[in-house]
Amino acid sequence: MAEISKNTLLDWYRQMVLIRQFETRCDELYRDKKITGVYLHLYSGHEATGIGALAAIEKRDHVITAYRDHGLALIRGVDAKPLMAEMMGKRTGVSGGKGGSMHLASRKHNFWGGYAIVGGHLPLAAGIAQACRYNNTDEVVICFIGDGATNNGYFHESLNFSQIYKLPVIWIIENNLVGMGTRIEDASGQPILHRRADAYGIKDLERVDGQNVVEVYNRVKEGVEYARREGPVLIESMTYRYKGHGVSDRSYDKRLADELKDWVENKEPITILANLLKTEHGVDDHQLEAIVDQQLKIVEESVEYALNSPDPDADDLVRNVYVE
Amino acid sequence: MAEKNIPMREALRQALREEMLRDDRVYVMGEEVGQWQGTHRVTQGLLEEFGAKRVIDTPISEMVIGGAAVGAAMAGLRPVAEFMTINFAFLALDAMINHAAKIHYMFNGQFKVPLVFRAASGWGNQATATHSHTPEPIFAHFPGMYVACPATPRDAKGMLKASIRDENPVLFTESIALYSKPGPVPDSDEFVLPIGKSEIKREGKHVTLVTYARGVEWSLAAAQELSKQGVECEVIDMRWLRPLDMEAVFESFKKTNRCVVVEESLPLYSFGSEIAAQIQDQMFDYMDAPVKRVSAMDVPLPYAHDIELMALPNTQKVIDAVREVI
Ligand SMILES: Cc1ncc(C[n+]2csc(CCOP(=O)(O)OP(=O)(O)O)c2C)c(N)n1
Repeated sequence: MAEISKNTLLDWYRQMVLIRQFETRCDELYRDKKITGVYLHLYSGHEATGIGALAAIEKRDHVITAYRDHGLALIRGVDAKPLMAEMMGKRTGVSGGKGGSMHLASRKHNFWGGYAIVGGHLPLAAGIAQACRYNNTDEVVICFIGDGATNNGYFHESLNFSQIYKLPVIWIIENNLVGMGTRIEDASGQPILHRRADAYGIKDLERVDGQNVVEVYNRVKEGVEYARREGPVLIESMTYRYKGHGVSDRSYDKRLADELKDWVENKEPITILANLLKTEHGVDDHQLEAIVDQQLKIVEESVEYALNSPDPDADDLVRNVYVE
Repeated sequence: MAEKNIPMREALRQALREEMLRDDRVYVMGEEVGQWQGTHRVTQGLLEEFGAKRVIDTPISEMVIGGAAVGAAMAGLRPVAEFMTINFAFLALDAMINHAAKIHYMFNGQFKVPLVFRAASGWGNQATATHSHTPEPIFAHFPGMYVACPATPRDAKGMLKASIRDENPVLFTESIALYSKPGPVPDSDEFVLPIGKSEIKREGKHVTLVTYARGVEWSLAAAQELSKQGVECEVIDMRWLRPLDMEAVFESFKKTNRCVVVEESLPLYSFGSEIAAQIQDQMFDYMDAPVKRVSAMDVPLPYAHDIELMALPNTQKVIDAVREVI
């Protein structure tokens, strides 16, 4: 496995901190009623999975996910400002204030969007991959899948379809152990989810520690190389949501207290990466704190930008129903 | 009958609980209905009372929730299958439309499908385009399944009990915005409302407002306001989109000769279109003005709250429509 440079690791650290700060701020803004509505699903806890995975692809490649999409948009390089503006439903948001937290997309970043119907984006991923092959490119698609989404028909049909036509999709299950409240072992006949690959004849790249960004990177890299040449792969990344299902899930910290404590104290992706930087690369706390300060500043600027942005108007309401 | 003031979600819970106590073939299944206590808290406490055999937490698998309910009903059980929201019922459309609604007819009466699909419906919470549908009329398009859309806690209880007891499949929709609104509900387990019967929620002689579910609230508020100016609206809550109680509409129309249809759903191929078409067909001689329709705007629903509300019907839009016909 290739040695990963200190600079790369520092950049991953920066991304992790940016996401965590962004999500923490979203949570506060929701409580302050600056972000409204009923849906806001935070990526806190999942950072290493997203960062490791997207580090393994190129700009020309493609990313698609479900509604837990803030972190992935940031990793893909979408500016925090229009993302935060979208949270507040502003006209300057990535989706013009029409999509909200669950529907972020940025065409120019090949970030094909967050989708709020569980499983609904899987066939879209297959279609984007079909276009990649059709156009004779070697581009690949990374499609993130919730553990809960593996139990609906979209999962079955999309994975099977991708294998038949050898479509270049890296299917990554972000297994955070629970759907909304139902645990994976109560919802899946085969709770070791990557084993489903076998049912479709898809290459099984098994489970990876989703809290360890280096491990995720290496595994997804292997998957990307395979997908470019051969066809789809399935990877199951074990992770945890630190803020419950979404903002309407108010009892997660009591309900899941012991488990949450374990994942925060022993499997915190930011700590794991910080320790690696300190022990193997001589990075000190001072340097890491400087990174945190920078990211805090970026997030604060995004909040300012969003708060001062205009709301969409009556014309926006009716625009883009059809292509004109 | 003694009455208690309770919110709609509690009235629905009473209905489920009473019917489960009355008939041990009745059971509940759906996503997060048990341990999570129901996404909208309708099924709260049922798992504790009835156990996991009769309150079944399912995977996120609408297709099989819908289809298994059909099979179980054919085999003699009385499933009440919950779709967390009606948006997700789209994934089960095939089971609902091709099977639940057709099996009795297609096999010439050999099988019955006595099930209830419950689904939360509605918008106004920035739930966005994919999570803001009020597609009740789409489901009512197909013969073979009833569609229930209660507007008050009382109706919710009586209609859900009727739906569970009936031998036909029923789609039972519940407006999210109405869940927490209280109203008087008969405190009796024999309170059952007839299927397909509308109710006049307010009497009046100048204009008939035909509506259901959330539209009742907007219509009653408009009627109250208009009454101050001497315009008396008769508000008919249809309660069921199928069977559709047109006789009640015609009776009222003969008196008022004017009609405004009020609904939360989209305007094209809609509840409003249907009512207006039947009135012009059957009541032509009584018509003094065109039938007006108040509905959502013909757009997908945006996230930003202000423009979302712009697209939603409201009391003022009902008042404006009434003004156009008087
Ligand atoms: C088809 C469909 N059914 C139900 C829902 C409601 N819902 C939203 S998220 C969710 C849980 C999904 O869990 P998982 O796939 O594990 O993703 P996670 O939230 O853990 O990231 C449910 C049931 C939905 N959005 N779409």
